[in-house]
Amino acid sequence: MTDTATHYVNHRGAELLKHHRSARGRRQRQIEERLRDASQSRLVLARFTKHRLATASLILLIAMYAVALCADFVAPYDKLQRFGDAQYTAPTRVHLMDQQGKWHMPFIYETRNQLDPATFQYKQMVPDDAKRYSIKLFVKTPPYKLAGVIPLEHRLFGTEGRPMFLLGSDHLGRDLFSRLIHASRVSLLVGLGGVFLSFVLGVVLGGISGYFGGWVDSVIQRLIDFIISIPLIPLWMALSAAIPQGWSGIQTYFAITLILSLVGWTGLARVVRGKVMSLREEDYVTAARISSAGHLAIIRRHLLPGVTSFLVVHVTLAIPGMILGETTLSFLGLGIAAPDVSWGTLLQQAQDVTVVANYPWLLAPAAFLVFAVVLFNFVGDGLRDAADPYSH
Amino acid sequence: MARFVLRRLLLLIPFLFLISVVSFAVIQLPPGNFVDTYVHNLELQGGSVNAGQRASVEAQYGLDKPVYVQYGLWVGHIAHGDFGNSFLYDRPVVDILKERVPRTVGIALAAMLLTWLIAVPIGIYSALRQYSIWDHLFTFISFVGLAVPGFLLALVLMYVVYEKTGWLVTGMFSPEYRAAPWSVAKFVDMMKNLWLPLMVLAVTSAAGVVRVLRASLLDEIKKQYVTTARSKGMPEWKLVMRYPVRIAINPLISTIGWMLPALVGGEVVVSKVLNIPTTGPVLLESILSQDMYLIGALVMILSALTVVGTLASDVLLAVLDPRIRYE
Repeated sequence: MTDTATHYVNHRGAELLKHHRSARGRRQRQIEERLRDASQSRLVLARFTKHRLATASLILLIAMYAVALCADFVAPYDKLQRFGDAQYTAPTRVHLMDQQGKWHMPFIYETRNQLDPATFQYKQMVPDDAKRYSIKLFVKTPPYKLAGVIPLEHRLFGTEGRPMFLLGSDHLGRDLFSRLIHASRVSLLVGLGGVFLSFVLGVVLGGISGYFGGWVDSVIQRLIDFIISIPLIPLWMALSAAIPQGWSGIQTYFAITLILSLVGWTGLARVVRGKVMSLREEDYVTAARISSAGHLAIIRRHLLPGVTSFLVVHVTLAIPGMILGETTLSFLGLGIAAPDVSWGTLLQQAQDVTVVANYPWLLAPAAFLVFAVVLFNFVGDGLRDAADPYSH
Repeated sequence: MARFVLRRLLLLIPFLFLISVVSFAVIQLPPGNFVDTYVHNLELQGGSVNAGQRASVEAQYGLDKPVYVQYGLWVGHIAHGDFGNSFLYDRPVVDILKERVPRTVGIALAAMLLTWLIAVPIGIYSALRQYSIWDHLFTFISFVGLAVPGFLLALVLMYVVYEKTGWLVTGMFSPEYRAAPWSVAKFVDMMKNLWLPLMVLAVTSAAGVVRVLRASLLDEIKKQYVTTARSKGMPEWKLVMRYPVRIAINPLISTIGWMLPALVGGEVVVSKVLNIPTTGPVLLESILSQDMYLIGALVMILSALTVVGTLASDVLLAVLDPRIRYE
């Protein structure tokens, strides 16, 4: 061994020993010992939490869903509430310091239409003697029902005496921020609903395909080939044409979910089939068959538990596709319709570039959309690494 | 080889049959038949239709017969090049298809080439310099690229171009070229308008291709023949390009299978946003006014062309990669 190599090995060994004796090393050993006979789901969870990015994304996603569910409470205003003279108001600036340089709790200034001396155009400006309106927590509002059940009279935050438009307002003077919060309920839940339906279809058809094989398998596989090879968006569009105009918001929502999942199950079915096919040949399945267990019992008790982790990963990665699908359809005016709001319907107002050029804040829903989809992708990626027993 | 191609061609038959069934179902799905729409449109224009006239129109389209007979009639007409009439445009559907479908196909194919032009160099670079700053940057961009739907990217780019230059990228030709015969000047004018949709489509589909190419090239350069060639002193550049890249590129041909449907679908939405006269705006308008024959024909033609393209890519892959055809 050369000198450098010896030095390297010694150095490495010393480092390992140091690590072994350190508090961190001891903690890691304890974790490893505890996980030695942990269940598969505990192992996956332990590996998942090592991914900082994925864990942070998951926490943010849960927060987003919580906000979406409590939309009525979190959003300062109702999704349809109009402020008559506030069409296309630019986002209200939140201040911490007043004009005299004194610090306060967050507040907004009153603005007035004034002539801009530089451009000679009327503009919303803060006058010198502007009044301050502080943003308060748990402000009193007209009574409403949270999620249609719990009667409440307060909202998380808001101002008294003057409306606040955190992300500006639209052509009818409605608060875009409040509408966005309300819209996230539809947009985020469409993903869950669609994935649930395609989950059922994918597990049933993929399971049958993989377990029985033969001609059943061939038929289902060709069907999947077929669905994958036709362009989805035109088909979604055409199918949404069949939704009757008079349907209520809830009915349309379920119809859209159904349309999205009718084609979304294929990827999941392929994964389930592949896993079931390989597990089918395992000795413990043969043993179950010899002891005359029924087909259903074998699939449920012996095969499905083996594919659960892969299912979770695929479901996570399938949700963003559903969310994007709903947004695209609603953006084209084929999905969720007024008075209901989703991210896609909010973006509809931004279809005209000349409008966007004047009121760029109308693109804000896009940021939320991309953010949510990226979060789902990060969580899915982290889960995939955690669920794959061969990745470590 | 011939047997492989033949098997693929035979598979085309059930696929086209299924496509026609789905398209016909799309025509049938909305409540009421299309004569209702027809009559409704006539009444909106102040006309009136009595029961006798109605029955004769229904008989003309075979609407008084059972559904499977109607399907047979519809497919039979299509076989003769007759896709029915569009109420919305008051023209035979086949005329609209002739005008619009080649444009959608052209844009989708051009976007596919552009996708590879963007994705292949990036994919190769990311794999060869794994975990370099650029690799991380490309990975991050492709993550975001997967999250941004085409219409949104089109919208944002259109806004940025408009803000910076005051120029509105919209339509396919400038007014003075719209009716002009094809010339170099007209082509240049078209590219001035089409670069943005082509970029949008290519960027959104490049993300996936980069991931595939990076992964397959990473697998390939770890193989022993690469080490052998390197130990024999082969120049690194020549070594990478001549063997691993050629093998790693093969999966790209199989990505046509999911890229083509996505591009055709994306084209439909992006051309709606950018107001390009392809199938996109027509499909949307026909859906909004329930012009069912036009919807059915568009869904059918777009799907059929995509399926044919996918199967063609299968054959291409078999030609290029002997391992596939002996399976």
